[in-house]
Amino acid sequence: MTSMLEITALDAFYGRAHILQGVTFAMNRGEVLALMGRNGAGKSTTMKAIMGLVAPAGGTVTFEGQRVDGREPFEIARLGIGYVPEDRRVFSELTVMENLSVAQRPARPDAPHWTPERLFALFPNLGRMRDRPGGAMSGGEQQMLTIARTLMGNPRLVLLDEPSEGLAPVIIEDMAKTILALKSEGLTVLISEQNLHFAGNVADRAAIIEKGVIRFTGTMDELKGNEAVRAQYLSV
Amino acid sequence: MDPGPPLRSAQDDARFRDSHQAPHGSCMIDLILTQTLNGLASASSLFLVASGLSIIFGVTRIVNFAHGSLYMLGAYLAWTLVGRFGPADALGFWGGVLVAAVLTGLIGVVIEVLILRRIYQAPELFQLLATFGVVLMLQDVALGIWGAEDKIGPRAPGFKSFVVIFGNRFPTYELFLIAVGPIVLLILWLLFQKTRWGTLVRAATQDREMVGALGVNQRLLFTSVFAFGSMLAGLGGALQLPREAVTLHMDLAMISEAFVVVVVGGLGSVTGAYLAAVLIGILHAFGILIFPKITLVLVFLVMAVGLVVKPYGLMGKAPVGHSRAHGPPEPLLLPADGPTKLAGLIGLVILALVPLLAPDHILLTLTELVIFALFATSLHFMMGPGGMASFGHAAYFGLGAYGAALAVKWLGAPMEPALLLAPFLAGIAGVVFGWFCVRLSGVYLAMLTLAFAQIAWATAFQSVDLTGGDNGILGVWPSAWAASKTVYYYLTLSICAAAIVALRLTIFSPFGYGLRAARDNALRAEAIGLDVVRIQWVAFAVAAFCAGIAGGLFAFFKGSVFPTYMAIPRSVDALLMVLLGGVQTVSGPIIGAFAYAGLSEQLMKMTMYWRFVLGLSIVLLVVLFPRGLVGTALALRERWRKEPQPAVSLVEAKP
Amino acid sequence: MSAVSPAQITAAVAASEPVLVVRDLAKSFGGVRAVDGVSFSVLPGTMLALIGPNGAGKTTCFNMLNGQLRPDGGEVLLAGRPITGMKPRAVWRMGVGRTFQITATFTSMTVRESVQMALISHAGEIWSPFGRARDRHREAADALLAQVGMAAQAERACGVLAYGDLKRVELAVALANQPRLLLMDEPTAGMAPRERIELMALTADIAAAKGIAVLFTEHDMDVVFTHSDSVIVLDRGRLIAHGTAQEVRQDPNVRAVYLGTGATSGGH
Repeated sequence: MTSMLEITALDAFYGRAHILQGVTFAMNRGEVLALMGRNGAGKSTTMKAIMGLVAPAGGTVTFEGQRVDGREPFEIARLGIGYVPEDRRVFSELTVMENLSVAQRPARPDAPHWTPERLFALFPNLGRMRDRPGGAMSGGEQQMLTIARTLMGNPRLVLLDEPSEGLAPVIIEDMAKTILALKSEGLTVLISEQNLHFAGNVADRAAIIEKGVIRFTGTMDELKGNEAVRAQYLSV
Repeated sequence: MDPGPPLRSAQDDARFRDSHQAPHGSCMIDLILTQTLNGLASASSLFLVASGLSIIFGVTRIVNFAHGSLYMLGAYLAWTLVGRFGPADALGFWGGVLVAAVLTGLIGVVIEVLILRRIYQAPELFQLLATFGVVLMLQDVALGIWGAEDKIGPRAPGFKSFVVIFGNRFPTYELFLIAVGPIVLLILWLLFQKTRWGTLVRAATQDREMVGALGVNQRLLFTSVFAFGSMLAGLGGALQLPREAVTLHMDLAMISEAFVVVVVGGLGSVTGAYLAAVLIGILHAFGILIFPKITLVLVFLVMAVGLVVKPYGLMGKAPVGHSRAHGPPEPLLLPADGPTKLAGLIGLVILALVPLLAPDHILLTLTELVIFALFATSLHFMMGPGGMASFGHAAYFGLGAYGAALAVKWLGAPMEPALLLAPFLAGIAGVVFGWFCVRLSGVYLAMLTLAFAQIAWATAFQSVDLTGGDNGILGVWPSAWAASKTVYYYLTLSICAAAIVALRLTIFSPFGYGLRAARDNALRAEAIGLDVVRIQWVAFAVAAFCAGIAGGLFAFFKGSVFPTYMAIPRSVDALLMVLLGGVQTVSGPIIGAFAYAGLSEQLMKMTMYWRFVLGLSIVLLVVLFPRGLVGTALALRERWRKEPQPAVSLVEAKP
Repeated sequence: MSAVSPAQITAAVAASEPVLVVRDLAKSFGGVRAVDGVSFSVLPGTMLALIGPNGAGKTTCFNMLNGQLRPDGGEVLLAGRPITGMKPRAVWRMGVGRTFQITATFTSMTVRESVQMALISHAGEIWSPFGRARDRHREAADALLAQVGMAAQAERACGVLAYGDLKRVELAVALANQPRLLLMDEPTAGMAPRERIELMALTADIAAAKGIAVLFTEHDMDVVFTHSDSVIVLDRGRLIAHGTAQEVRQDPNVRAVYLGTGATSGGH
């Protein structure tokens, strides 16, 4: 069986800075992979490059056997990749329902089908504030709305960029439950994360990125057992 | 009676002034109500154009300078189509108007697909310049197709009569127009609140990248929004057909009014645009009764007061995040190194030696180029280190020129004191206008500077007694000692070189650092005790003052001044010089001034349709060199050097 | 403007008069009480952590202290003098330094120039139109950079620094006006665990040595429980707990609304 997502020798620049320098890793169907590394190591850029938001300068991204690098973000989204940005980016003037409707796509045979009602079962808070503008929600609620919004596109693979950043510990616990719930729905999830406690709770495998290069891939347990790698790349 | 002076350009105001008769309504109240109706009627087209501008800006983040041109095309197309379909027949007339609007929408699609789509990632200012290139091209397209003569349209079938309201006869077409505004407003509201397209447009207005990442076809959305906005502008133009002559000047007159409406109403708010259009329409209608010569000053006053109370317009909101959030961070700025200084010195020596070798006509061209170099450098001072893009910098150049000319004409002053006075008039205007402008940022600021420049221009144009209006002021000649071309060249070169060096030193002084700190991060700057608004205000005034020096020199160089010195195209000239050179470099504007002024002069000699060629060149330039000439050269040099720190510095360079 | 003399600081430390006193601070947005009657104080040389769920009012509270927001009610005293409702630059002149959640640097300047900029402002030289800014307060800037361990990178552009180094530059800039109070909004956000500890240890050392009072918001409980002398907890605009790290950690109310079980955030 081939991997769901294969990233090979991905290169990307931001301005003139060489952010990704040959990033290579693969994801299996149904797993949660944590992409870990320091701030500025290239986690967010990797996600944006997969999504087509940053044009890769070289290398390939293959999703379910199809090359997606060089495609427009909307085409990539329609192929079944959902993206949740790190800075939330809810549409602050739109209500919760409108936020969800922007992302609505037709059902897909090979992915769970989401409706607002199903999402409200997963995020009960959102169901209580359907007509509230996104801008009038707290940071934690916005984070949940961003995830719910992405799910409206019925993705097969979800990219979650720093889902725990800037959230209260108690909300981070909810976030971990949410990710595990998505996994149990059969979704494949890539999260970028600095928080080892959080990643350890939700991820099956980890890939560590440093200065635009993948330095380590392995199971979460392997990472926990490898003090040297943690100290060198995660500054733990 | 006269259907009442509709909202129109200052040129038209001037033309209508003679034919306008004070209404002889029997009662004051009648008069007020009649003028209110006139104002409301004229607000409709303005609203259509401004709302289109606002919607397009919301989604694409492009301030479409060419929106006034689309309005003009709508009017021309309607003139042709109505004539072809049969002006007397209701179907022919209204069919012509609607088809003209749809065709304008399609022209919008062509512009979006061919040009804008390629520059959505370019810096904001370059996008604006590209759309100004489109303005120039469309002007010549209209000239080529319809000729220079004004076109008078037919009356609308079914709306040719008058109704008597408050004792005055009031054309029914005006009543129809009054109804158009709220109807379109309602349609827009339903469209945005009740349709999926509307939801997508509102979402994209907040975060277009995110909309794309959620699977929405961004290209299609952008094109459809641009087409829709263009159609509104075309409809606005077509509906003016029975009201006013179709001219080649409609475009810039309308765009500057639309900018005012959008700034007053709040960028991105359609309701705000309607309120502002009504407000300004009514102000015009009354202004023409009360102060026929200074209607624009009245509009300006209201706008100024409004912006002090509500800085982001009647219905606008403060932009989310800081204004520079989307651009790449400003590169490191270092003072010139040894070789660069030497190159500058050599350049200056060559310029000083030219009179010994070159014939007179080259000397004349060089004098002009040196003046423009100072003009461009003064704009760069506020745009580069100051981060404030002005679209009306010609106002201060022109005020400098008028300051000198007025001193000669009315005070009988000789050249020396007149040249001294020139920058002060410009500087004072910079202090007054700048006070308002620095309270805004980004495109708001740019639009406001453009509106102020239009006011300065209109004042010079309308105050015939003082300035001679369109005929300008003649006989502004240098003193006897400076009368020879060579001496005047040296005078110009020494003053301009001194001013440019002074501006350059200021950039690296504590004040210049404070200015850059305010630009790089206003919040941080305030948090280390800098008064950001006041620093920017002073920089604004200094830039105006230096532009005034250039203007004064230009007046004595040409021997005359005209309102065109302050018109939009001259402001755009300055912008082009700065952007051509590269806004992030200190020497860029000098090189840009020489490159651009030299180029455009050659163009004007070569072809009657020089505007088209110039416009096309601007568009190509933006598409091919988004960093300017010096910026591109520096980037190449850096790549060639293969520096170990690729993202770091953009070092200074001189030719 | 008022610079703080070392004598004043020593006196304040000796008497242990609070540097910052906040009384009944309140702010509403559209009828929602974002901050509702919050009172606390910070002693010189100590670190006070402000924690709470997202939307609890931490940022609003912070922005009222630094002058970005005008409170609806209550007062803010700095060394006994009211600074309530002053503009940010006036607050700064009173002796309040500040770092930002999203690092805020002057990207067109070098590291040293950024610090020089703050020193120029502090010396009131900003309106000087001539004379090179690069030559002013060079030694003082280098001394501040040495203090935060950034002397070696003084010539580099701020735009290319590593994230952790940027935070150090921010700290140096914030120290340029010899503040009595340092406000740090999520100072360690986005940093690796070891970098977090290092930055906060550095801050605590400087605060103790100079008698600076530090108020910081933070989501990392390791940082909060290691580096704060005391902790206050906000929830829905109200102060729900105030005490040492140990006391707050045991507070059942705080555990329920904020800390949770500790499974995913570590530290407790």
